Amino acid sequence: MPEQTVIEAVRDTMRAEMRRDDSVILLGEDVGSRGGVFLASDGLVEEFGENRVIDTPLAESLICGVALGAAVNGMRPIAEIQFADFMWPAINQLIGEASKVRYGTNGVKTAPMTVRVPYGGGVRGGLYHSQSIEVLFAHTPGLSVVAPATPYDAKGLLATAIRTNDPVIVLEHKRTYRLVKGEVPAEDYTIPIGKAEIKRPGTDLTIFTYGLMLHYSLQAAEMAAANGIDVEVLDLRTLRPLDADAIAESASRTGKALIVQEDTPAVSISSEVAAIIGERCFFDLDGPITRLGPPELPPMPFSPIQEAAFMPSPEKILTAITKLAEI
Amino acid sequence: MVLSRYLDERVWLLNRQGKAAIAASAQGHEAAQVACVEATDPSKDHYLIYYRQFTAMIALGTEPEEMLRGFLAKEDDPMSASRQFPLHGAHPRVDLFNFSNVIATQLPQAAGVALADKLKGSDAVTIVYFGDGASSQGDTHEAMNFAGVQKLPVIFFCENNRYAISVPQSKQMGIDSLASRAAGYGFPGIQIDGTDVAAVYEATKAAVARARAGEGPTLIEASVERLLPHTTDDDHTRYRSAEDIVQMLKRDPVKILSDLLKRRDLITESEDEVIHSEAKTRVNEATDTVDAESYASVETMFDHVTEGSGGNS
Repeated sequence: MPEQTVIEAVRDTMRAEMRRDDSVILLGEDVGSRGGVFLASDGLVEEFGENRVIDTPLAESLICGVALGAAVNGMRPIAEIQFADFMWPAINQLIGEASKVRYGTNGVKTAPMTVRVPYGGGVRGGLYHSQSIEVLFAHTPGLSVVAPATPYDAKGLLATAIRTNDPVIVLEHKRTYRLVKGEVPAEDYTIPIGKAEIKRPGTDLTIFTYGLMLHYSLQAAEMAAANGIDVEVLDLRTLRPLDADAIAESASRTGKALIVQEDTPAVSISSEVAAIIGERCFFDLDGPITRLGPPELPPMPFSPIQEAAFMPSPEKILTAITKLAEI
Repeated sequence: MVLSRYLDERVWLLNRQGKAAIAASAQGHEAAQVACVEATDPSKDHYLIYYRQFTAMIALGTEPEEMLRGFLAKEDDPMSASRQFPLHGAHPRVDLFNFSNVIATQLPQAAGVALADKLKGSDAVTIVYFGDGASSQGDTHEAMNFAGVQKLPVIFFCENNRYAISVPQSKQMGIDSLASRAAGYGFPGIQIDGTDVAAVYEATKAAVARARAGEGPTLIEASVERLLPHTTDDDHTRYRSAEDIVQMLKRDPVKILSDLLKRRDLITESEDEVIHSEAKTRVNEATDTVDAESYASVETMFDHVTEGSGGNS
């Protein structure tokens, strides 16, 4: 099975979906001859032409509003937002509009659109190239939000997003684009929205995480294993809807829950995961539901040592594992 | 236009009776809306309306009962099953829709609808309606700019009634004519008298021909009057002078058209009376029918959130 990076999986998936369905189009800033600032669309305009790979003006609300309009008129647009940090002007077209199209028209109109968003930090991005933006979208009924962390999941979830008849936000962690490699089958497959996956089975405690933090958690779990602590790592993969059954099953089985995220903790994905575990696993828990995240600061400082201090790391996760395991 | 006027008056009465929670009137905009629709082809064109498109909806074939179901939040409201305010949602027979109450969001969406037609090789035209207030939103600029770049088959149809709730045009823009902005986007803009059905029809017809021929967008600014306050919750005597109100009432498009037709002997006084009495009867019947219907039920509120979440989607 061929090994790929996350960015290669994203690119190949877009190419495959555009080949199998003429209604799939890509639009965004620099997605044409530049191939996207991360080269996610490298080579696509050469194959599919400027009608289907559209360099837009520098206007995020436009990109998502046009995608929405094209979606309700028979297209399956993929809108690329260059950096999550630049996405705020498009909130109105996504949370305000796209999420409510099916509901607000009683099913007469649907919006089969995908919004791909490079997000996250640890790349010396400072305040405006590092943000995690998942919470606003994950809070919104009518939207689905996925955050694949591996090349395999990036392909399967992006293919599903493009074929879904409702808006899907696909969060791609920038740091994983070239850092993370993995096997990706050449043949067509999809991964259902709303399904978490246990990436590492264990018995002593469960880490619930997603995105770049999946990889840091897996590293921490290996370090903990050397100390005799058997850690399970559950990759949420979809942030809306959360896979509450998988979360509760794992928490009940191991009895200890550590939630690791890169986003600031207050009113976040980790809050919701903690609520699910609290509601459904109360009598199975052997320790307090524990959360590890960055401090409550605007994410995240440009200074390399401040950035490192801000980000969770395998070492910080190991410390949290050890403390929880000892209870 | 007459049917629209009577129905429009009726929903205001129903509001004062406590039956219709909110209404925005098209009174004063009727000629612009009817003549614009007449110049298009509802069998294939797309209409992105906003909350004041009462007459356009009737011109596009919405029955009085269907209109009233939206205002009275009845279960068979065809636009949104009464999830939304009246006139919001999507029409089941014509491609007419209005996703939200948020001003100007429909303009980038219209560019997207038109883009899809361009990619499909369709000669359908997208008509997007908005008011003078919407012209200040960034989405309006972004949409016109993109439509100009891509030469999209879209008509930006502004019904300029000179007031965004209470804020007059002089505080909304530093120019006299919104149409002049089209030059900055590389396509034609035209300002017309929106109470003149012939002027609106001619301007729209030309814009439709341009769009179908692949020549790109047109901005039409139809100058109209808002004869009533912004909505049933507004009182325009708080911000419009008595003289302003007297003057604007002289530009009632229903009266202007009626006078014109009589002056040219195209209609007699008695024929005009028949039109009015038939419209009044139609509105009365529709009101009786719909008033007796049920509100949209609690059971159906869970339908159509996403695919597979209930309903027929």
